[in-house]
Amino acid sequence: MIYLGIDTSNYPLTIALMKDQTILIEEVTNLKINHSLTAMPAIEEMMKKAKVAPAELTHIAVAEGPGSYTGIRIGLTIAKTLAWSLKIPLHLVSSLKVLAANGQYFDGLVCPVMDARRGTAFTALYDGKTLEPVIADQHSDFRDFLNTAKELGRPILFTGTDITIHEELIREVMGELAHFSGPQNRLPRASNLILLAQQMEATDIHHAVPEYQRITEAEANYIKNQEGQSS
Amino acid sequence: MTEDIYVLGIETSCDETAASVVKNGTEIISNVVASQIESHKRFGGVVPEIASRHHVEQITLVIEEALAQAGMEPKQLDAVAVTEGPGLVGALLVGVNAAKAFAFAHQLPLVGVHHIAGHIYANRLEQEMEFPLLALVISGGHTELVLMEQHGHFEVIGETRDDAAGEAYDKVARTLNLPYPGGPHIDKLAHQSDEAIDFPRVWLEEGSYDFSFSGLKSAVLNYMHNAAQRGDEVPPEHIAAGFQNSVVEVVTAKSVRAAEQYKVQQVIAAGGVAANKGLRTSLTAAFDEKGIPFYIPPLALCTDNAAMIAAAGTVMYEKGVRGTMAMNGRPGMELASWN
Ligand SMILES: [Zn+2]
Repeated sequence: MIYLGIDTSNYPLTIALMKDQTILIEEVTNLKINHSLTAMPAIEEMMKKAKVAPAELTHIAVAEGPGSYTGIRIGLTIAKTLAWSLKIPLHLVSSLKVLAANGQYFDGLVCPVMDARRGTAFTALYDGKTLEPVIADQHSDFRDFLNTAKELGRPILFTGTDITIHEELIREVMGELAHFSGPQNRLPRASNLILLAQQMEATDIHHAVPEYQRITEAEANYIKNQEGQSS
Repeated sequence: MTEDIYVLGIETSCDETAASVVKNGTEIISNVVASQIESHKRFGGVVPEIASRHHVEQITLVIEEALAQAGMEPKQLDAVAVTEGPGLVGALLVGVNAAKAFAFAHQLPLVGVHHIAGHIYANRLEQEMEFPLLALVISGGHTELVLMEQHGHFEVIGETRDDAAGEAYDKVARTLNLPYPGGPHIDKLAHQSDEAIDFPRVWLEEGSYDFSFSGLKSAVLNYMHNAAQRGDEVPPEHIAAGFQNSVVEVVTAKSVRAAEQYKVQQVIAAGGVAANKGLRTSLTAAFDEKGIPFYIPPLALCTDNAAMIAAAGTVMYEKGVRGTMAMNGRPGMELASWN
């Protein structure tokens, strides 16, 4: 069994190969590089280093979003095309859950955060022990989300590179309940992605699409106009 | 005896997700196009983010269908050709990354094709090209006269300085309240009209093969505005006919002059607007009169498709052009020769 894991949902790029129970290789970069340009060369290079031929892969795991629309599309397009071409199973894992896995074993809840501008974020709450979702992945006004999270009354570990953007707000709302992961635990790791994928069913490859968690601006405006006309 | 060459083509530069298998750059084995036009209609034009989302939904299905219709296994292919640019960046990179992943999985050579080179090579799926050749590329995003001395050699001798002809058609159609996409509706209206308003012809400097359609578009809009102010009812078909006459006359005259100056063996039309009846009729008559062979591919090969990408990609493959895993979608890609 050889798993290839790919996460291109935000600025970081992470890829890994896992053979049976061993991580052979993992790469994590956080360099604001263009995934469309760099993801495939990185995969090619990594597989060459690990001496794994494409035909030897048995599973593909990919972060399905939310995140940058373009980013998740690149990862998903590569993953579904590889899985379909090689006739092997494809597993989709929430990009937020991959981040939350950085806080596994935290005694409390883990809150992965991706900034989505205008005070909003892609976020969720996962249980630190089980990594089961406590509040599902969503796109929300981040202050509103924090207020809801606070009512649970449990310590929360915040993770993701974007927590620096919202640190003040988090401290203001959460007070003592807020904990912040260190820089080494804010980047997604494809090894975690693969481990999560191993607990999941494979998906129907042709119908695999990103989990955007948000409709397009054009659709939102269209709906607004339709509502405006009918009222 | 030389071996046959089979190339898989992939095209996602705008609002069609397409894949095709072409033999020897001249023979279509399969040609699959998933159109998104219905999804974009309600927005009055292509919404890039929605186009990109649809491409991800369709991409593996379309490639699978192209191989299934060809009755071929990936290992029987010689190369994968994909539209590298120009086009919508988010749309391009779905095709490019799918092509890279497919090529990597099957360890096949990869070739990045210029979309306009594809439109030109659509003609080779109908009859062999004779050089020197003049290509009139006229579509939603392009209006260009391209001179080819040989395979893979492109010299843009004229291009639009503002709007593409297709864009001007869409804008005029919108002001006439015609549904999207507007081009075919204007063409149809123009044919129903017995009268045409006299709009200006934009020739630019003497000897220039460039085009400009934004002035004509403004003239049409001004005319309608003034008529509305006077309370005049102008039949839309008179406007459509006047607008189309102006475009057709300029495009035909410049194409004929270029064909004569460069003494070409063949003139070909390429791109979606080449499906325009008014334009086809005028160009056919003009080149007939001059005795210059003129071809327009059938409609399915004028609009965006992947067979044209595979056709161009085959010649590039034969010339030794290769892409790498670092290929990216290039929205502003220039048409460059292959040698
Ligand atoms: Zn086109």
